[in-house]
Amino acid sequence: MPDVQTLVNEFLFKLKKRKIEGSHATARQTTILLRSVISQQRIPYTHQAAALIDAVKAVGEQLVAANPVELAVGNIVRRVLHIIREEDLSPTTVAIAGLNVSAVSDDEGDTDHDDHPVLSAAAVAAASRNTLRPPSLQTLLEDLPDSAAVPHTSSSGGDSEGKSKSADKSSRSRRLKHDVIEAVNELIEDIDTCHEQIAEQAVEHIHQNEVILTLGSSRTVLEFLCAAKEKKRSFRVFVAEGAPRYQGHLLAKELVARGLQTTLIADSAVFAMISRVNMVIVGAHAVMANGGVIAPVGLNMVALAAQRHAVPFVVLAGSHKLCPLYPHNPEVLLNELRSPSELLDFGEFSDCMDFGSGTGSPLLHVVNPTFDYVPPKLVSLFITDTGGHNPSYVYRLIADYYSTDDLVLQRKPAPVN
Amino acid sequence: MAPKRIRARAVSDDPEDLARVPLQAVLLADSFTTRFRPITLERPKVLLPLVNLPMIEYTLAWLESAGVEEVFVFCCAHAKQVMSYLENSQWKSLPKFSVTTIESHNSISAGDALRLIYERNVIHGDFVLISGDTLSNMSLTRALQEHKERKKKDSNAIMTMVVQRSKPSPITQQSRLGTDGLFMAIDPTTKQLLYYEENTNHSKGTLSIDKMLLVDNTSITLHNDIQDCYIDICSLEVLSLFTDNFDYQHLRRHFVKGLLIDDIMGYKIFTHEIHSSYAARVDNYRGYDTISKDIIQRWTYPLVPDVLSLGNSATKLERQGMYRSSEIGQSRSAQIGPHTVIGTGTTIGSNTKITNSVVGKGCTIGSNAVIEGSYVWDNVIIEDECELRHAIVCDGVVMKSRSVLKPGVVLSFKVVIGQNFVVPPYSKVSLLKQPTKQDSDEELEYADNNSDTLDSATGTMDKLNGDPLLEFSEMEHHVSSELGYGGVGYIWSLCEGSHEEEWRHSVAPIPAEKLAEITQVIEDDLELVSQDSNAPASSGELKPDTQINAEDDAVYFEKEVEATFLRAVNENVEVDHVILEVNSLRLSYNMQAADCAGAIFHSMMKLALDAPHSMQNELLRNVHNTVNAWQKLLKSYLPGKDEEIEVILKFEEICLESVKELSPLFTQILHLLYDKDIITEEAIEDWESEKKDADEADRVFVKQAEIFLQWLREAPEEDDEEDGE
Repeated sequence: MPDVQTLVNEFLFKLKKRKIEGSHATARQTTILLRSVISQQRIPYTHQAAALIDAVKAVGEQLVAANPVELAVGNIVRRVLHIIREEDLSPTTVAIAGLNVSAVSDDEGDTDHDDHPVLSAAAVAAASRNTLRPPSLQTLLEDLPDSAAVPHTSSSGGDSEGKSKSADKSSRSRRLKHDVIEAVNELIEDIDTCHEQIAEQAVEHIHQNEVILTLGSSRTVLEFLCAAKEKKRSFRVFVAEGAPRYQGHLLAKELVARGLQTTLIADSAVFAMISRVNMVIVGAHAVMANGGVIAPVGLNMVALAAQRHAVPFVVLAGSHKLCPLYPHNPEVLLNELRSPSELLDFGEFSDCMDFGSGTGSPLLHVVNPTFDYVPPKLVSLFITDTGGHNPSYVYRLIADYYSTDDLVLQRKPAPVN
Repeated sequence: MAPKRIRARAVSDDPEDLARVPLQAVLLADSFTTRFRPITLERPKVLLPLVNLPMIEYTLAWLESAGVEEVFVFCCAHAKQVMSYLENSQWKSLPKFSVTTIESHNSISAGDALRLIYERNVIHGDFVLISGDTLSNMSLTRALQEHKERKKKDSNAIMTMVVQRSKPSPITQQSRLGTDGLFMAIDPTTKQLLYYEENTNHSKGTLSIDKMLLVDNTSITLHNDIQDCYIDICSLEVLSLFTDNFDYQHLRRHFVKGLLIDDIMGYKIFTHEIHSSYAARVDNYRGYDTISKDIIQRWTYPLVPDVLSLGNSATKLERQGMYRSSEIGQSRSAQIGPHTVIGTGTTIGSNTKITNSVVGKGCTIGSNAVIEGSYVWDNVIIEDECELRHAIVCDGVVMKSRSVLKPGVVLSFKVVIGQNFVVPPYSKVSLLKQPTKQDSDEELEYADNNSDTLDSATGTMDKLNGDPLLEFSEMEHHVSSELGYGGVGYIWSLCEGSHEEEWRHSVAPIPAEKLAEITQVIEDDLELVSQDSNAPASSGELKPDTQINAEDDAVYFEKEVEATFLRAVNENVEVDHVILEVNSLRLSYNMQAADCAGAIFHSMMKLALDAPHSMQNELLRNVHNTVNAWQKLLKSYLPGKDEEIEVILKFEEICLESVKELSPLFTQILHLLYDKDIITEEAIEDWESEKKDADEADRVFVKQAEIFLQWLREAPEEDDEEDGE
């Protein structure tokens, strides 16, 4: 598959050169790339799922290595792997269940023979999912697991049930791929709509005449605030400018363009202003498994200020930002140091970067980290596309999206390198 | 040739009309200098590792990210190596980015290279001209857009030069990139480059500019705080200019200066200043050192080791700017300091200290070694208790135990340093013997030398590779004395004359005494300059009252004008020249035309007084003569009434204060001036009305001139009557 390889290479190159900015864009493009990898992958008659998983993993490793800071890449790779596992699991279990059921029904003899397998297949699938991982609150509360994968699995299970063994196999291989692609498409849709889904909940959180503080710029935050505005809530927004990239300026512009009362403040003024603030709403770069947040630099300070004044600190994050890794994991490269030129003009300071005199080592160092780590105890609430969650609940959410087999996978290829 | 050229033109015109031309770049993979010898005898400069990556990687990565789609790599020296490197690199397989090599064996300068490229007829529009040792992270879009817009407006704007501001201190220039001072004159509004002077000699402290520059341009800013990034956006005309002027060799020294001075066809060069992005060129060892450190400090982001790392060797940035690849064997007791890069597969023994250094792939470093501010390339073996300070150590070097490299040492490929041997400061060691011919002009003779030494180099290398044992033993036999026991290689003797200058371009920090020397020279300069131009101002206490200063200035100005005037009288200088001189004085003292007129009148009266006279009558005649002789000069400063009044007031002042002798003659002289049309009637009337409200003392002369004034008031009526009749 030369064309897939070139696609992969191109994407790798872009990732490497930091040409794709933002976890949303990265997540989306990664998913699209993986979809084409899956669709181009030839599948043998046996162990189709394993073949697919291997193919995705191979590409995924490269992608993660290309830009280890962008955790969304790894998240999406794991999500896709999880989808493949699920899709693989459900038809087989359904098939087995179908056999069992038919065996049972053979004993019983007749009647509701036709309807029963379909229901039982779904039930068995759900049960099997539950045995696969600890039950999450969501799955416990809902009778059926989330509707994303189930319709296809149940129908496929139902269809394949009656067929002969060989025919069943070939159709299943094609079906597996088809189903996986179908599910990946849904994942893309999820990523596309995550802003809207999060924004829908805005009215529940933003109340009349409140003052909201945010730092830097995040599209999710923008949509969230605008959604509240559209619902006729009137409130004010304080935007901290987010030095040194000053994306807060852009956000302020956008907010004003959409008719919101906006106040722009310096990052250092956050503590002074926090007592007037009702709620801090910020975006995130990634949400770690322990509920900690990797966020644009400066947010830890804001979170501490919010805690000092007992202001709720709300983090908006699409589900693609949920990372199944823990921040203490050495594999997680938490930060990226960008060019010092964002802080100061090279020309003006070139005499401080003087290596030819003295000991040859410069006296001036400029450090420009991109991210902050906000510990979970400072976060009051996460709002994802599935609703609001407590930081301590994040690991549960993660169990919904990722299978435990994949968490460790990134580390295995390390010796290969 | 001729038909080809025509075709080239035809092709060039065509695609410009088309909507989109892919952006092209010419990358010169040869610097055409000898600064990096002896290393460059064995490997081309663009393939030398800069923080463990060949320099050309940075250049190509930048070109790719800047949106260039087609790169023509011009290879000259060691063309085979460059080509085979590119063949195996990632750049060949990228879509939308093509790298084409152009090989030449007889090009000896950038000029030749561009001529050859023109002959090949591969460039079809605007292109980026860069050498393979330049790295940058600037965005080209704005510079390119500006260039295109200018080109559209003025087809003579053929080149945009990227420049960067840096601190103007010559110490910084010297100690950062090791380059000489650069002096530019730029039109502040259009950003046109008007003057370009490299190698400005700071010890001289002066610089001469063609005065036509001042005549032709309304405003000029002079810069010594600008650094040339050696990134140029050129139009196709640049190539044809090189072809037309076959003597152009050096891009800056010949082409840019030629264009600026000769003013051929009115072609113009413009500048584009970058602010927050980084661009620099590795020109010499000091530049190599500085730019390596800039990379480690991430000024070149995203062109930094942990992002760029090639292939599967992932480099990670750890605390305090330490970059470490995977699979490093590091002893627990080894100390690796901040701002250090360690390559893959390197092992480091116990108690070894590494600070501010770059260590390449697969090196073996023994225990108790000290590496400070050094650049150790790939597969180097450093045995126990070696000491390296501010040195460059190339691939495959072996340093036997307890050998020492003093600051500024360069060890070329596969040199072996014997046990306990101390390599003296600033020495360069190579397996190849130093070419016997000394370069008088490094650029022009480089290629000749190079072809000789290249052959011998490859010969030696082949021999070395072919039968290493034999060769080694033979070599050992020959040169063991030069580099200690078991050492292999030759210490190059320093070029005559440049011995003193060796510290300028080495990787080692500038010694304190040299720094002090430079600073001293500069301070002397400053003192000299300030004494020259503005003695009273720099005499320690700056007078806080600007009024006093201005008055002082006026006094000095007057004296200067007087001196000029007297000289003119004594030497019979033409009036036009005197006007010119007074004009320049006026500009330098920032005076008005009225001040000039006053000063000149003052000098004229002085002159008349100085001439021998015994009687009032004689004095009057003297004045008469002087005014007659110099009325043209005076008149040229009397464009209007105000200036004329100023002259009268000045005259009053003279009569009152300095030269009492003249006071009785006030009316006569005033009359004289009126007769000579130097002072008009209106001016006199205005003067009178101005004086009306003045004190009695001030009105002395008005009273004295009463009759004259009376006559004046009547005169016009008479004139009218006469006219009427």
